Amino acid sequence: MIYALCFTLILVGLYGITCKKNLIKIILGFIILDYGINLFLILIGFRKDGIAPILDKSMDINTFAATSVDPLPQALVLTSIVIGLAVTALMVALATRIYERYGSFDVTKINKLKG
Amino acid sequence: MTEYIIFTFLVFMILAAVAALESKDLLSSIISIGAVGFMLSVVFLYLKAPDIAIVQVVVEILTLIILIRVTISRDIRTIEDTRNFMPFAKNVILLFVLAVLAARAIGLLPEVGVNLSKVAQYYLLRGFEETGAANIVSAVILDYRAYDTLGEATILFTAILGAVVILRRKAKE
Repeated sequence: MIYALCFTLILVGLYGITCKKNLIKIILGFIILDYGINLFLILIGFRKDGIAPILDKSMDINTFAATSVDPLPQALVLTSIVIGLAVTALMVALATRIYERYGSFDVTKINKLKG
Repeated sequence: MTEYIIFTFLVFMILAAVAALESKDLLSSIISIGAVGFMLSVVFLYLKAPDIAIVQVVVEILTLIILIRVTISRDIRTIEDTRNFMPFAKNVILLFVLAVLAARAIGLLPEVGVNLSKVAQYYLLRGFEETGAANIVSAVILDYRAYDTLGEATILFTAILGAVVILRRKAKE
């Protein structure tokens, strides 16, 4: 059920990318898609009644390995979040330039091909 | 208990995402995106991923700053924002087909909270003695998969370089 809700979030992002006219709205759809995919990956690594993958001094290593959540998706999602920020910055820079040239964020008005 | 909390947060996240996409005012839709991101950070905390939660908060603040910077100085804030009917209907049909396929795929996944990964067991058992890091996530990032982190830094550098080049006032002759 949580997976289904998470996928609904991804679908909302896809709806924003495909159905919206405004460039900023398309970027927002991309951000929502990004969030949904990150959340999905973290959900895959979750373990019921688990603990964070940080080793405590008083804790036995075997019980730690038996109760901790999966550290691998967390490490990869950490990378993916930062990349998402960089890509968002790049898209916003492009949108700014497009606005300066055409005076609009509307993608249906940005169809003049001038040399 | 944790599942119900995550469930509630996810419902509110979807509502905020729809509000962000459907709002007529660009600034309020950006604020809604901020709500989605901060709720996502809380969900990460409940999913026992504190490192991700911290990074998510920082990245969310930076995203909001960038988006508000690009929106606030423009004069057009309210927008007419629906496409013509036929492409819209096509897209909705596409999304519906995707949802049906995903429902099949989600049925094949293990339950939430059941983790079947074998490499995680290796990292958790041997990570401390092999790398000396008490935080296994940082052990994975900085030791086992350091090349991934190098690649990430390269992507980050390239994307920011691209943004700087695009936003540069005037190209040098």
